[in-house]
Amino acid sequence: MAYPIDHTSAWTALGDPTRRAIFERLLEQPLAVHALAEGLPVSRPAVSQHLKVLSDAGLVVARREGKHRIYQVDPHGIAALRAELQRFWDKTMAAYKAVVEQSSTKT
Amino acid sequence: MTKAATTVRTSIVVEAPIERAFKVFTKDFGRFKPREHNLLGVEIAETVFEPRVGGHLFDRGVDGSECRWARVLAYEPPQRVVISWDINARWQLETDMVRTSEVEVRFVSETPGRTRVELEHRHLDRHGDGWEGVRDGVGGDGGWPLYLERYAGLF
Repeated sequence: MAYPIDHTSAWTALGDPTRRAIFERLLEQPLAVHALAEGLPVSRPAVSQHLKVLSDAGLVVARREGKHRIYQVDPHGIAALRAELQRFWDKTMAAYKAVVEQSSTKT
Repeated sequence: MTKAATTVRTSIVVEAPIERAFKVFTKDFGRFKPREHNLLGVEIAETVFEPRVGGHLFDRGVDGSECRWARVLAYEPPQRVVISWDINARWQLETDMVRTSEVEVRFVSETPGRTRVELEHRHLDRHGDGWEGVRDGVGGDGGWPLYLERYAGLF
Protein backbone atom coordinates (compact mmCIF):
# COMPACT_ATOMS: atom_id res chain seq x y z
CA MET A 1 0.00 0.00 0.00
CA ALA A 2 1.53 3.25 -1.15
CA TYR A 3 0.08 6.24 0.62
CA PRO A 4 -0.62 9.07 1.07
CA ILE A 5 -2.44 8.80 -2.23
CA ASP A 6 -1.41 11.36 -4.77
CA HIS A 7 -4.85 12.61 -5.72
CA THR A 8 -3.47 14.33 -8.81
CA SER A 9 -2.29 11.05 -10.23
CA ALA A 10 -5.61 9.45 -9.23
CA TRP A 11 -7.37 12.10 -11.32
CA THR A 12 -5.03 11.51 -14.23
CA ALA A 13 -5.34 7.75 -13.89
CA LEU A 14 -9.13 7.85 -14.15
CA GLY A 15 -9.16 10.49 -16.86
CA ASP A 16 -8.47 7.74 -19.40
CA PRO A 17 -11.64 5.89 -20.51
CA THR A 18 -9.94 2.49 -20.70
CA ARG A 19 -8.54 2.85 -17.19
CA ARG A 20 -11.93 3.93 -15.93
CA ALA A 21 -13.45 0.83 -17.51
CA ILE A 22 -10.81 -1.34 -15.83
CA PHE A 23 -11.37 0.38 -12.49
CA GLU A 24 -15.13 -0.06 -12.75
CA ARG A 25 -14.78 -3.76 -13.51
CA LEU A 26 -12.52 -4.14 -10.49
CA LEU A 27 -15.12 -2.44 -8.32
CA GLU A 28 -17.38 -5.38 -9.14
CA GLN A 29 -14.83 -8.10 -8.47
CA PRO A 30 -11.08 -8.81 -8.26
CA LEU A 31 -9.71 -10.05 -11.59
CA ALA A 32 -6.49 -11.26 -13.21
CA VAL A 33 -5.03 -9.43 -16.23
CA HIS A 34 -6.21 -11.99 -18.78
CA ALA A 35 -9.77 -11.88 -17.46
CA LEU A 36 -9.75 -8.09 -17.58
CA ALA A 37 -8.38 -8.07 -21.14
CA GLU A 38 -11.14 -10.40 -22.36
CA GLY A 39 -13.84 -7.81 -21.85
CA LEU A 40 -11.87 -4.88 -23.27
CA PRO A 41 -10.81 -3.84 -26.78
CA VAL A 42 -7.12 -3.65 -25.80
CA SER A 43 -4.24 -6.11 -25.58
CA ARG A 44 -3.06 -7.78 -22.39
CA PRO A 45 0.21 -5.80 -22.28
CA ALA A 46 -1.87 -2.62 -22.62
CA VAL A 47 -4.09 -3.72 -19.72
CA SER A 48 -0.96 -4.37 -17.65
CA GLN A 49 0.29 -0.87 -18.39
CA HIS A 50 -3.04 0.63 -17.34
CA LEU A 51 -3.00 -1.43 -14.16
CA LYS A 52 0.43 -0.09 -13.32
CA VAL A 53 -0.86 3.48 -13.61
CA LEU A 54 -3.88 2.66 -11.43
CA SER A 55 -1.61 0.94 -8.94
CA ASP A 56 0.82 3.89 -8.80
CA ALA A 57 -2.15 6.16 -8.15
CA GLY A 58 -3.12 4.02 -5.15
CA LEU A 59 -6.41 2.95 -6.72
CA VAL A 60 -5.76 -0.76 -7.13
CA VAL A 61 -3.56 -3.40 -5.48
CA ALA A 62 -2.40 -6.80 -6.69
CA ARG A 63 -1.91 -10.10 -4.89
CA ARG A 64 -0.32 -13.26 -6.23
CA GLU A 65 -2.48 -16.34 -6.56
CA GLY A 66 -0.58 -19.24 -8.12
CA LYS A 67 0.68 -18.10 -11.50
CA HIS A 68 -1.62 -15.09 -11.64
CA ARG A 69 -1.62 -11.66 -10.18
CA ILE A 70 -5.13 -10.77 -9.06
CA TYR A 71 -6.00 -7.09 -9.09
CA GLN A 72 -8.55 -5.43 -6.84
CA VAL A 73 -9.61 -1.96 -5.79
CA ASP A 74 -7.42 -0.82 -2.91
CA PRO A 75 -9.24 -1.99 0.22
CA HIS A 76 -7.55 0.53 2.48
CA GLY A 77 -10.61 2.33 3.70
CA ILE A 78 -9.06 5.26 5.48
CA ALA A 79 -7.04 5.98 2.38
CA ALA A 80 -10.27 6.01 0.39
CA LEU A 81 -11.96 8.32 2.89
CA ARG A 82 -8.87 10.47 2.90
CA ALA A 83 -8.80 10.64 -0.89
CA GLU A 84 -12.46 11.56 -0.95
CA LEU A 85 -11.97 14.35 1.58
CA GLN A 86 -8.84 15.52 -0.17
CA ARG A 87 -10.89 16.03 -3.33
CA PHE A 88 -13.65 17.69 -1.34
CA TRP A 89 -11.32 20.22 0.31
CA ASP A 90 -9.23 20.92 -2.79
CA LYS A 91 -12.40 21.66 -4.68
CA THR A 92 -13.86 23.70 -1.83
CA MET A 93 -10.69 25.77 -1.44
CA ALA A 94 -10.50 26.46 -5.17
CA ALA A 95 -14.11 27.67 -5.08
CA TYR A 96 -13.34 29.71 -1.93
CA LYS A 97 -10.46 31.47 -3.70
CA ALA A 98 -12.78 32.42 -6.53
CA VAL A 99 -15.35 33.86 -4.08
CA VAL A 100 -12.78 35.83 -2.00
CA GLU A 101 -11.11 37.37 -5.03
CA GLN A 102 -14.39 38.13 -6.71
CA SER A 103 -15.74 39.92 -3.64
CA SER A 104 -12.49 41.85 -3.07
CA THR A 105 -12.56 43.30 -6.59
CA LYS A 106 -16.22 44.24 -6.16
CA THR A 107 -15.78 46.33 -3.04
CA MET B 1 -1.73 3.80 10.86
CA THR B 2 0.57 6.75 10.19
CA LYS B 3 -0.53 10.29 10.91
CA ALA B 4 -0.14 11.18 7.23
CA ALA B 5 -2.66 8.53 6.27
CA THR B 6 -5.30 9.90 8.60
CA THR B 7 -4.84 13.57 7.75
CA VAL B 8 -5.82 15.62 4.72
CA ARG B 9 -3.98 18.87 4.09
CA THR B 10 -4.50 21.51 1.51
CA SER B 11 -3.69 25.20 1.25
CA ILE B 12 -4.36 28.08 -1.05
CA VAL B 13 -3.17 31.67 -1.42
CA VAL B 14 -5.86 34.28 -1.95
CA GLU B 15 -5.47 37.87 -3.09
CA ALA B 16 -7.25 39.40 -0.11
CA PRO B 17 -6.35 40.82 3.32
CA ILE B 18 -6.47 38.35 6.21
CA GLU B 19 -9.65 39.85 7.71
CA ARG B 20 -11.53 39.41 4.45
CA ALA B 21 -10.10 35.93 3.90
CA PHE B 22 -11.38 34.88 7.32
CA LYS B 23 -14.73 36.57 6.93
CA VAL B 24 -15.46 35.02 3.54
CA PHE B 25 -14.43 31.55 4.74
CA THR B 26 -16.86 31.68 7.66
CA LYS B 27 -19.71 34.00 6.71
CA ASP B 28 -19.85 32.91 3.05
CA PHE B 29 -19.10 29.21 3.51
CA GLY B 30 -22.25 28.30 1.63
CA ARG B 31 -21.09 30.22 -1.42
CA PHE B 32 -18.23 27.85 -2.16
CA LYS B 33 -19.13 24.55 -0.52
CA PRO B 34 -19.89 22.15 -3.38
CA ARG B 35 -23.66 22.13 -3.86
CA GLU B 36 -23.99 18.40 -4.26
CA HIS B 37 -22.64 17.88 -0.77
CA ASN B 38 -26.04 17.96 0.80
CA LEU B 39 -27.40 15.53 3.36
CA LEU B 40 -30.87 17.04 3.27
CA GLY B 41 -33.66 15.57 1.20
CA VAL B 42 -34.29 18.94 -0.42
CA GLU B 43 -32.23 21.70 -2.01
CA ILE B 44 -30.14 23.90 0.26
CA ALA B 45 -31.49 27.41 0.74
CA GLU B 46 -28.49 28.53 2.78
CA THR B 47 -25.51 27.30 4.76
CA VAL B 48 -25.02 28.94 8.15
CA PHE B 49 -21.69 29.19 9.99
CA GLU B 50 -22.46 30.31 13.55
CA PRO B 51 -19.49 32.53 14.48
CA ARG B 52 -18.79 31.29 18.00
CA VAL B 53 -17.37 28.31 19.89
CA GLY B 54 -20.23 25.92 20.53
CA GLY B 55 -22.05 27.07 17.40
CA HIS B 56 -22.77 24.87 14.42
CA LEU B 57 -22.39 24.76 10.70
CA PHE B 58 -25.67 23.77 9.21
CA ASP B 59 -27.45 23.60 5.92
CA ARG B 60 -31.01 24.87 5.81
CA GLY B 61 -33.22 23.35 3.15
CA VAL B 62 -35.78 25.20 1.06
CA ASP B 63 -38.50 23.57 3.22
CA GLY B 64 -36.93 24.85 6.45
CA SER B 65 -35.34 21.57 7.49
CA GLU B 66 -31.85 21.74 8.96
CA CYS B 67 -28.77 19.54 8.89
CA ARG B 68 -26.17 20.34 11.56
CA TRP B 69 -23.06 18.68 10.22
CA ALA B 70 -20.29 20.43 12.16
CA ARG B 71 -19.62 22.06 15.53
CA VAL B 72 -17.42 25.12 15.97
CA LEU B 73 -14.57 24.05 18.28
CA ALA B 74 -12.39 27.18 18.01
CA TYR B 75 -13.19 30.60 16.61
CA GLU B 76 -10.29 33.08 16.63
CA PRO B 77 -10.73 35.72 13.93
CA PRO B 78 -8.83 36.40 11.80
CA GLN B 79 -6.22 33.68 12.45
CA ARG B 80 -7.87 30.36 13.07
CA VAL B 81 -11.04 28.34 13.14
CA VAL B 82 -11.56 24.67 14.07
CA ILE B 83 -14.70 22.70 13.33
CA SER B 84 -15.70 19.11 13.89
CA TRP B 85 -16.67 16.88 10.97
CA ASP B 86 -19.81 15.05 12.05
CA ILE B 87 -20.28 13.16 8.80
CA ASN B 88 -19.34 9.51 8.54
CA ALA B 89 -17.73 7.71 5.66
CA ARG B 90 -21.14 6.93 4.20
CA TRP B 91 -21.89 10.65 4.06
CA GLN B 92 -24.45 10.44 6.85
CA LEU B 93 -24.58 12.46 10.06
CA GLU B 94 -22.51 10.91 12.85
CA THR B 95 -24.23 11.16 16.22
CA ASP B 96 -21.41 9.61 18.27
CA MET B 97 -19.04 12.55 18.88
CA VAL B 98 -16.17 10.18 19.63
CA ARG B 99 -16.36 9.05 16.03
CA THR B 100 -15.88 12.44 14.42
CA SER B 101 -12.80 14.10 12.94
CA GLU B 102 -11.81 17.76 12.98
CA VAL B 103 -10.83 20.46 10.54
CA GLU B 104 -8.45 23.27 11.44
CA VAL B 105 -8.16 26.29 9.15
CA ARG B 106 -5.32 28.78 9.69
CA PHE B 107 -5.05 32.16 8.02
CA VAL B 108 -1.54 33.57 7.54
CA SER B 109 -0.96 37.07 6.23
CA GLU B 110 1.72 37.06 3.52
CA THR B 111 1.33 40.72 2.53
CA PRO B 112 -1.36 43.28 3.44
CA GLY B 113 -3.33 42.10 0.40
CA ARG B 114 -2.46 38.42 0.29
CA THR B 115 -3.33 35.59 2.67
CA ARG B 116 -2.34 31.94 2.79
CA VAL B 117 -5.10 29.65 4.01
CA GLU B 118 -3.97 26.28 5.38
CA LEU B 119 -6.49 23.56 6.01
CA GLU B 120 -5.92 20.34 7.94
CA HIS B 121 -8.60 17.67 8.28
CA ARG B 122 -7.26 15.25 10.88
CA HIS B 123 -8.07 12.17 12.96
CA LEU B 124 -9.90 10.53 10.07
CA ASP B 125 -9.33 7.15 11.71
CA ARG B 126 -11.83 8.16 14.41
CA HIS B 127 -14.57 7.50 11.87
CA GLY B 128 -13.68 3.83 12.16
CA ASP B 129 -15.78 1.21 10.44
CA GLY B 130 -18.01 2.01 7.57
CA TRP B 131 -15.50 3.42 5.15
CA GLU B 132 -16.19 0.63 2.65
CA GLY B 133 -19.10 2.69 1.40
CA VAL B 134 -16.70 5.36 0.23
CA ARG B 135 -14.74 2.85 -1.78
CA ASP B 136 -17.92 1.60 -3.40
CA GLY B 137 -19.06 5.13 -4.01
CA VAL B 138 -16.05 6.35 -5.95
CA GLY B 139 -17.06 4.48 -9.07
CA GLY B 140 -20.70 5.55 -8.93
CA ASP B 141 -22.43 8.45 -10.59
CA GLY B 142 -21.83 10.67 -7.57
CA GLY B 143 -18.15 9.71 -7.42
CA TRP B 144 -15.40 9.98 -9.96
CA PRO B 145 -17.46 11.05 -12.98
CA LEU B 146 -18.93 13.99 -11.08
CA TYR B 147 -15.61 14.97 -9.55
CA LEU B 148 -13.78 14.78 -12.84
CA GLU B 149 -16.37 16.96 -14.46
CA ARG B 150 -16.16 19.59 -11.73
CA TYR B 151 -12.39 19.39 -11.68
CA ALA B 152 -12.23 20.02 -15.43
CA GLY B 153 -14.58 22.94 -14.96
CA LEU B 154 -12.01 24.75 -12.82
CA PHE B 155 -9.73 25.42 -15.77
